[in-house]
Amino acid sequence: MSDILTIKNLRVEGRPPGGTYVPIVKGVSLNVAKGEVLALIGESGSGKSTISLASMGFARPGCRISGGEIWLNGRDIMKLSPHDRHALRGNEVSYVAQSAAASFNPALRIGKQVIEAPLWHGAGDAATLTATAVDLYRKLDLPNPDTVGNKFPHQVSGGQLQRLMAAMAMSCGPDLLILDEPTTALDVTTQIEVLKAFKDIIRDQGTAAIYVTHDLAVVAQVADRILVLKNGEMVEEGPTAQILHDPQHEYTRTLMAAVRPAPHLVDHVDASAAQAPVISARNITAGYGALTILSDVSVDVPAASVVGVIGESGCGKSTLARVVAGLTPLREGEIKLDGKVAAPSVKDRPRDTLKDCQIVFQMADTALNPRQRIGDILGRPLEFYQGLKGRARLDKVGELLELVDLPRSFASRFPGELSGGQKQRINLARALAADPKVILCDEVTSALDTVVAAGVIDLLKTLKDKLGVAYMFISHDLSTVASFADEVVVLYAGRVVEKGPSKAVFSPPFHPYTKLLLSSVPEMRQGWLEGVADTGEAKAASAGSVVIGAKGCPFSNRCTHVISGTCDTVAPPLRVLSDGLEIACHLPTGELPDRGL
Amino acid sequence: MHRIILTRLAQGVLTLLLASIIIFGATEILPGDVAEAILGQSRTEEALATLREEMGLNRPAIVRYFDWLGGMVQGDLGTSLATKRPVADMIESRMWNTLRLALLAAAISVPLSLALGLWSAMRAGGRVDKTLAMTTLALIAVPEFFIGLILMKVFAVELKWLSASANTRPYFDFWQNARALALPVATLSFAVLAHMMRMTRSSVINIFTSPYMEMAALKGLPKRRLVVLHALPNALSPILTVIALNLSYMVSGVIIVETVFGVPGLTRLLVDGVTLRDIPLIQACAMIFGAVYILLNLLADVLSIMANPRLRYPK
Amino acid sequence: MSDATEFAKPRASVFAGLRLTRTAIFAGGILLFWLVLALFGPWIAPHGEADIISTKTFAPIGEGGWLGTDKLGRDVFSRLIYGVRTTLLLALVTTVISFTFGVTLGFAAAILKGWFDIVVSRIVEAFMAFPSTLLALVVIGAFGTSITVLVLTVGLVLSTSVFRVSRALGYDIGVMDFVEAARARGEGTWWILTREILPNSMAPLIAEFGLRFTFSILFLSGLSFLGLGVQEPAADWGLMVQENVGGLFLGSSAALIPAACIASLTVSMNLLVDWFQQRQQGETVLEKIDQ
Ligand SMILES: Nc1ncnc2c1ncn2[C@@H]1O[C@H](COP(=O)(O)OP(=O)(O)OP(=O)(O)O)[C@@H](O)[C@H]1O
Ligand code: SF4
Ligand SMILES: [Mg+2]
Repeated sequence: MSDILTIKNLRVEGRPPGGTYVPIVKGVSLNVAKGEVLALIGESGSGKSTISLASMGFARPGCRISGGEIWLNGRDIMKLSPHDRHALRGNEVSYVAQSAAASFNPALRIGKQVIEAPLWHGAGDAATLTATAVDLYRKLDLPNPDTVGNKFPHQVSGGQLQRLMAAMAMSCGPDLLILDEPTTALDVTTQIEVLKAFKDIIRDQGTAAIYVTHDLAVVAQVADRILVLKNGEMVEEGPTAQILHDPQHEYTRTLMAAVRPAPHLVDHVDASAAQAPVISARNITAGYGALTILSDVSVDVPAASVVGVIGESGCGKSTLARVVAGLTPLREGEIKLDGKVAAPSVKDRPRDTLKDCQIVFQMADTALNPRQRIGDILGRPLEFYQGLKGRARLDKVGELLELVDLPRSFASRFPGELSGGQKQRINLARALAADPKVILCDEVTSALDTVVAAGVIDLLKTLKDKLGVAYMFISHDLSTVASFADEVVVLYAGRVVEKGPSKAVFSPPFHPYTKLLLSSVPEMRQGWLEGVADTGEAKAASAGSVVIGAKGCPFSNRCTHVISGTCDTVAPPLRVLSDGLEIACHLPTGELPDRGL
Repeated sequence: MHRIILTRLAQGVLTLLLASIIIFGATEILPGDVAEAILGQSRTEEALATLREEMGLNRPAIVRYFDWLGGMVQGDLGTSLATKRPVADMIESRMWNTLRLALLAAAISVPLSLALGLWSAMRAGGRVDKTLAMTTLALIAVPEFFIGLILMKVFAVELKWLSASANTRPYFDFWQNARALALPVATLSFAVLAHMMRMTRSSVINIFTSPYMEMAALKGLPKRRLVVLHALPNALSPILTVIALNLSYMVSGVIIVETVFGVPGLTRLLVDGVTLRDIPLIQACAMIFGAVYILLNLLADVLSIMANPRLRYPK
Repeated sequence: MSDATEFAKPRASVFAGLRLTRTAIFAGGILLFWLVLALFGPWIAPHGEADIISTKTFAPIGEGGWLGTDKLGRDVFSRLIYGVRTTLLLALVTTVISFTFGVTLGFAAAILKGWFDIVVSRIVEAFMAFPSTLLALVVIGAFGTSITVLVLTVGLVLSTSVFRVSRALGYDIGVMDFVEAARARGEGTWWILTREILPNSMAPLIAEFGLRFTFSILFLSGLSFLGLGVQEPAADWGLMVQENVGGLFLGSSAALIPAACIASLTVSMNLLVDWFQQRQQGETVLEKIDQ
């Protein structure tokens, strides 16, 4: 048998603080052959990470492996002594975690951490191991392979750190490599290079690998076989092509259906320009303390329409929402809500101004006070804005719950008794309680599973049609925005680089950054990765990282079209092209990138 | 990094100044004045006025504050009301006794608490850890004088191994000194040991919840290496702070210990000063202890700044 | 990230999810015992707190009174029972004072931020620049010792720590999304404080109350032991230790008994606080290596 790993009937239990053990993984069996990549997919909480860790005989604090056999290289490691089992880790099996930024010890130099495992397990002396590591860095396309090992983790960018983590995992020449969502924490534009690096290195070394992810498009690129999980049980297993194109199980089909449509497939009705904007933000500059995040940002949200704001992490999307809501005061510029100038700070805004513009936060969990009942959470804005009390308030709470497709009986529950998707619906209902003209949705679906997120998006659409409410829909996920927004604003490093009707934004000509974003969204097509990763755009993009407050064009350090002397010194102004499309780039209109890779 | 350290030093000086204002304010401005304190109940208005004139108490408080502060800086700590001797002399003769106690206790308790704390962390959840946790929890809650009295009862009164009086004489040899100092030093060490040990353990355990510790554990490294090499450097800053805090907290411990074992030290001087309301003496002692406290905290901060790679090697 | 309903049980009450352990029952029992003695002491005690019952001073246990006599020939047992009243009452009053100041100022600083926060924090920091005993000594040195001075001083000293804890809590909870949501709605400071922040800080505040209470007992008894706290003829445990230290060499336990009583009180309180916080602690990676 050439299987590196065989798991038979694995059972894992977990114990919440102060509670008793409940099953998390309920009898899963799998096997991985040499040189094969097995993907574990499933929603959050389906037990993917738990299974992958169990394959090194490890259970997270609070969990325990309660049954089953784990055969690694021909022996059942659950029969070994804890000491011998521990000796396998970092020797025969190694692990790549979700966030490299959090998984490198901040107090130790990178190189030291990379060679630590093989050094400890006696695979060689420090000098040879360092030399091997430098070879790995080179293969992983890391800049300055000879010196990067001397740096501390905080001195290296997120994408590079993730590749260094791969080097750390490979340095011991493992037989089995476990990758737990290794690119989930990265932005799409940085993800490609990392994904490519992982794929190449696995192929190169002929290692067996378990790849954990919730992203089907990513799976399509890297996996040989797929195992679908739900609630700790195996749903379906098969070769990648079969699962993607011919899923047998109902659940797998739901998963596939919830995958967001590719952006360019969507066609929108143009938002009627005649509508008076409910939000009109002019030349906003804002930041925290000495830091300036947004500079000179202007956004309009017409009544009863959806304006999508896209951008990668840290580009100032949430800041924009907070400035509009008055939570973060603006430094320069002006905000009009429903035609009237609104005070910069929420404290100085009258109630009917506040009522018109509501905000919904990203983390459904933390946005609800854990010590208030749903009835009170929804009842408060009703009382606050509309003076509803007693019976009337109670009835209205019930109506709101029904509006977001939840039973009325939820009013007596605490937030802790709701699932993530349900919490996000309550968040929406709370915003709706004010009967607003516009809702600021800050990454409202990012923390949710695809299937649940699709449900929330559908709800948003229905509510818009029913109530005529407008949304400023902020997201890093281009496909969601594209499927839903009438107009789109692309933010990069705190500046607007492109905006206009979504159809115009998602069709050529593009701003170079928009182009990069569009081409970086993983597609379900197998082989897509290889096509994209070798383009100059992807290579240039992974060379630099986002710089906030750059003097010239903020994108100039990652742009293939950069005009040196101009782009890095003069900030390009927004220039109006055809059909309301505006682009901030020095390139003449004819030379702006168009479709095709 | 140098900028940060300099800022921190400036902050320390500022805190010291604020502290001096508090001391001066509390002792001079609020209740009556020194003249009243000297003359006590039997004062006449006339005598008060003369004395005030003599001592310059009629000048505005601000002027007197800067006078006093200037004196402090130059080493002139004023004259004791009770003994009419210069405060500096009184303090000088007592200082060594207190310092010796504190240094010995620090030398024992700091390494011991670090070692026990790390050991406990390494055995987290095990029997060693649980026993140590229980013991230290109890030790923290027990008054110092109880520890001192129990030790005294057992080792000095009943067993007669050690001396109940910490008075040392210049002609004492090493063993006589040790016999005299053993109990006070032990009492003082117990008082801070438990707290430091618990904080060391919890700082290290706290680090163990970070993903990088899981990562390190999954490299198959042994516990010793995980705790000492991976967790300790990251827990250094809270541990240093706790050590500084406890060393300065020793002042409270020292007061009790000096009373229990009759050590003629600085804190006894302070307590006597408080009983006799000897204001200049109180002010001087308070400033010395305050300065030590601020200095120790400063030292801890500067050390943790220097140990932080983010600050040592900026991007 | 989670649909894991079963792992996030509602926390309607801060005591939800706490299970009684043997230690907790034991510690709670001791506290209860002292509490009952404090309430009904005068009816239980065989003698008055200042009554001299024997000409024999420092009588050993069983002679004179149940627990012997003290340096003046008073009944140790009776003074012990009266002492628990003084000790508990003083500790309670000082802790309440410190919480009144500390919590109000701490939350105010966290919510109002700006200059108010800076000024108050600086002042508190300067106060904290002294070891607490020193601060108390300076104040007592200036004002002389009386119950009022004592209570206010210790209350002040304790409140610095309460201030720090509440301010940190206020800051931590104040940036949570649900508080932001209330702010965005236009809620006033009072609502945010009483409805959003306070209910979510109850558990740590309760624990802090226990710790401060313990500290207050230790602190007050320390001062009494130095002769600067409660004054004779009132009975206070710290004072009883101070009065009777001399008896130690005469074989009397009159100093050790009250000291042990203080310890029983503070240790129990600490155990109880520890038990209350226990559910927050989980396993660590270290333990998993061995499994
Ligand atoms: N320490 C723990 N104690 C108890 N239960 C836990 C613990 N850690 C995780 N669980 C539960 O175990 C289940 C599976 O968790 P796991 O982390 O394997 O899921 P996952 O599929 O990797 O999810 P994600 O996509 O969010 O990473 C979930 O229901 C989770 O809430
Ligand atoms: S302005 Fe220059 S650097 Fe910026 S996007 Fe356009 S071409 Fe690229
Ligand atoms: Mg996971």
